[in-house]
Amino acid sequence: MKIPAYYGFWHHLGAWLLKTSSWLVLLFLIMPILVIIPLSFNVEPFFSFTEGMLTLQPEAYSLRWYREIFNDPKWILAIQNSFLIGIFATLLATVLGTCAAVGLARDDMPYRRFITALLLSPMIVPLIITAAGMFFFYSNMGLAGSYLGVILAHAALGTPFVIITVTATLTGFDYSLARAALNLGATPLRVFFDIIMPLIRPGVISGALFAFITSFDEVVVILFMAGPQQRTIPRQMFSGLREQINPSILAIATLLILVSIALLITLELLRRRSERLRGVELIE
Amino acid sequence: MSSLTTTEADQAASARSKKRLTAFLFVVPLLAFILLTFVAPIGSMLWRSVHHPAVAELIPLTLVELQRWDGTALPDETTLNVFAQELHGLAKERLSGKLSEELNRAYTGMSSVVKSSARRIARIETEQLATQGAGTLLKAHGNWSKPEVWYAIKRAGAVYTYDYYLTALDLELHPEQGIQVREDTQIYLQLYGKTLNMALVITLFCALLGYPLAYYLAGLPENRANLLLVLVLLPFWTSLLVRTTAWIALLQTNGVINSFLLSTGLISQPIEMLYTSFATVVAMTHILLPFMILPLYSVMRGIDPSYLRAALSLGAKPIPAFARIYFPMTLPGLSAGALLVFIISVGYYITPALVGGTDGQMISNIIAFHMQRSNNWELAAALGSLLLGLILLLYWVYDRFVGASNIKLG
Amino acid sequence: MARSLTTRFSAFALAAALGTAGFAASAEESLTVVSWGGAYGVAQKKHVIDPFQKDTGVKVLFEDYSGGVAEIKAQVESGNIQWDVVDFEVIDLERACSEGLLESIPHEDLPAGVDGKSAAEDFIPEALASECAVGNIVWSVVFAYNEKTIGGTKAASIEDFFDTKKIPGKRALRKRPQVNMEWALLADGVAPKDVYEVLATPEGQQRAFDKLATIKDDLVWFDSWSQAPQLLNDGGAVLVQSANGRFYDAIRQENKPFVIVWDGHVYDLDAWAIVKGTQKKDLALKFIAYATGSKPLAGMPDVAYGPTRKSSMPLADPTAAPHLPTAHLDKGIQASSDFWADYGESLGEKFNEWLLK
Repeated sequence: MKIPAYYGFWHHLGAWLLKTSSWLVLLFLIMPILVIIPLSFNVEPFFSFTEGMLTLQPEAYSLRWYREIFNDPKWILAIQNSFLIGIFATLLATVLGTCAAVGLARDDMPYRRFITALLLSPMIVPLIITAAGMFFFYSNMGLAGSYLGVILAHAALGTPFVIITVTATLTGFDYSLARAALNLGATPLRVFFDIIMPLIRPGVISGALFAFITSFDEVVVILFMAGPQQRTIPRQMFSGLREQINPSILAIATLLILVSIALLITLELLRRRSERLRGVELIE
Repeated sequence: MSSLTTTEADQAASARSKKRLTAFLFVVPLLAFILLTFVAPIGSMLWRSVHHPAVAELIPLTLVELQRWDGTALPDETTLNVFAQELHGLAKERLSGKLSEELNRAYTGMSSVVKSSARRIARIETEQLATQGAGTLLKAHGNWSKPEVWYAIKRAGAVYTYDYYLTALDLELHPEQGIQVREDTQIYLQLYGKTLNMALVITLFCALLGYPLAYYLAGLPENRANLLLVLVLLPFWTSLLVRTTAWIALLQTNGVINSFLLSTGLISQPIEMLYTSFATVVAMTHILLPFMILPLYSVMRGIDPSYLRAALSLGAKPIPAFARIYFPMTLPGLSAGALLVFIISVGYYITPALVGGTDGQMISNIIAFHMQRSNNWELAAALGSLLLGLILLLYWVYDRFVGASNIKLG
Repeated sequence: MARSLTTRFSAFALAAALGTAGFAASAEESLTVVSWGGAYGVAQKKHVIDPFQKDTGVKVLFEDYSGGVAEIKAQVESGNIQWDVVDFEVIDLERACSEGLLESIPHEDLPAGVDGKSAAEDFIPEALASECAVGNIVWSVVFAYNEKTIGGTKAASIEDFFDTKKIPGKRALRKRPQVNMEWALLADGVAPKDVYEVLATPEGQQRAFDKLATIKDDLVWFDSWSQAPQLLNDGGAVLVQSANGRFYDAIRQENKPFVIVWDGHVYDLDAWAIVKGTQKKDLALKFIAYATGSKPLAGMPDVAYGPTRKSSMPLADPTAAPHLPTAHLDKGIQASSDFWADYGESLGEKFNEWLLK
């Protein structure tokens, strides 16, 4: 049975339309991010391209705003804080989340559905609600305006991602392996590190990356709960955007884009590694 | 096959409950952690929306006196004297401002009344107020002779209240007519409507942009698709503040888009785009689009293209074939993505706050306003609780149809 | 594999913990001082903060805010005190003071001026009017236009601000009722001395809102003074409200073609105050005594703000004198702290509802 010739034309047109519109959407996704990078080298204190920049005159570009960031103690403090809070929140979220994911993945977990939904809810509840509640509660506990308070809050927000990524690597995990090892006299800790851990490691690491980026990018809880000592990069950007827009924000944005590219590459390498590992297992 | 003996059954049961316990023990640390650091704070917010002892702590004696009051005419002189004395005390301790703020919430315009009266009363001796307090008060401002004001004070003095929920729903309690729609201003229901509307528009845009792209990517060879997916994942991994900054740079009056359009001669005056609801919708569509594309793509990858090919080769026209065969198979991905985008956008705060101006604000922004600017924490808590209810309802739907743990993270 | 992971983990944790310890140590003996940022913030940093840090060894965290009582109130009422010393607009001061959000400051402990006169004689009386604060500058809310964007007709009076026929284009105001209500009445023909009397009546308030409503479609609202010069520069608005010092700085430092219109300006004091319940009250008092000394205040005319000590003027840059609010008092009115203490709350609410209409 032959498709009539005019179908071919429509078919081609359709394919062309699909391709064009897809590329336009990709452009919409990526262009705003790419635009920031050249703008951050603007010598003028504006958020837009100057004529000099468009005609590619070297004197229209400068590292002025990058210098400004690294000479401003507020930005330095913000950068330190972002990493400090992010790292501790990630450690806490990863340890607790991985452990919970191992439990949740077991068939004999009671009330699994409800508990999973509860543990994942920090991801769903609007941040403004979380932040308002934390402001009331943590103030009462004397934890507002302290590093500990912010770290605990960020860890809570990061755990759902760890659960999701680790659970994904655990689906199809054969618990008889673990049981066999236990029967042969291995301690539970050893079973965890030697049998379960290698398998879920890609999940743990990508979960940790998610938890880190969640904390690193979080600003609402910080706005409500943190003191001036705990200012982070996003918090500093937020007040900058609200009060005085100047290209040093674009410079820090460019640096953050580099961070996300690095994270993305790490994740991609992990994914490949994980696939390779699983592939090997299947063959064996 | 013989049935199990009781001992065997018991053993099996105890082994099973031991296993359940082991599984549960793995989860306990995180469960405790989340309950303490996340659920308890939200609980404290819910609690605050109904528990409000501030007025009861400021004027306890007046409230006791008011219990005798029948609510029709002016309260008796003793009550007014007691109130005047308490107001005197508050003014001396610099707490009258707090009372004025609380009463202003119960009865609009009371803030300046309380403050000016407090200043006048502070000049009189307490002993004198015990007898002449009522007179001084009534002379200080006409509002004190209105029974409605005293009704409002009595209500504001209740430690447990649902008044903030009434306000959050644009309702008010009238002494005689009961609960009715607020007369003067109606803000919040309209704002909830606007928020849902904007979330719907954003979800729709995400679907319209995300579906063809996901379809296109699903039809490409895997290597190439993975390469292009990076263009989807990079924005996904880029800081929210960075993406919002980008839209500010693009949309502002002399920003990238306006200068481009001006230089091409398409427009002669810059278009106002930043600080409008348009800006909120565009920036949020950009931010949430990956949440739509990823589940769609993963569903579409799993669909065997030969179905569609078979239908076409059997003579079906492309569009009906697509609509009847392919589209239904992608519905799980579409609904997962749409629900997620909708849930996230309903509660969004940062982007509308930065690019939305006055008309692009959503319900989260008014909650933040009452938290940070007007300091009406109880109203913020009530508005937040309503929003939370809405989100949990949507989350329940999501969990039922998609499964909470199936959220796609790339 | 397990061991290497654990080792790396603990090394990591240790490094991070040491990092925090370092933070904790550096956090000692520090004071959080909050002011307005922008050009004013730069001047304060140069003449007040930096010398104070150098002389006393105290580390000052110098933060910006955009005014108002709300943030301090949130801190005091939640018991989560983050700020120690705050630079207040006196227009908001009485309200904060009467609501018990500020510590009282014993004025007799303030040092004498460089010329030896006692603080009580040296300060202008308004600076010591409130028990909750010590005034440090006289400044003014004015509006300005940009020579490049104004067009043929230049603005000269407060009436012009409300006349979109004469001067078409957007106007930018700070999003709050303070000053804007005053301006609306002034432009509507209320005599300067009667403004607050009229504004205390419901009819007067309605009159002000009605006047603002005539230009509502042309209004752009901003949250912080520092946004104002930017709006004027990039054409976001034709007439822009701000503190006189912000415009002065843009004109002098960046050669912007801005012109300040002094007609109808609302002058006010800024004052240092201490947040109620701070752990560092003594240090805060020490800071305020230092910051309101003759010499630090003499640096304020750099940004066209008048010092509140008479003894500072001889030490200041004389070229700034004609740009200080004190040189234009006849064209303006003084902001009323008492009025806004009583009406700030209710007018603030009305204003927000009016905005949403």
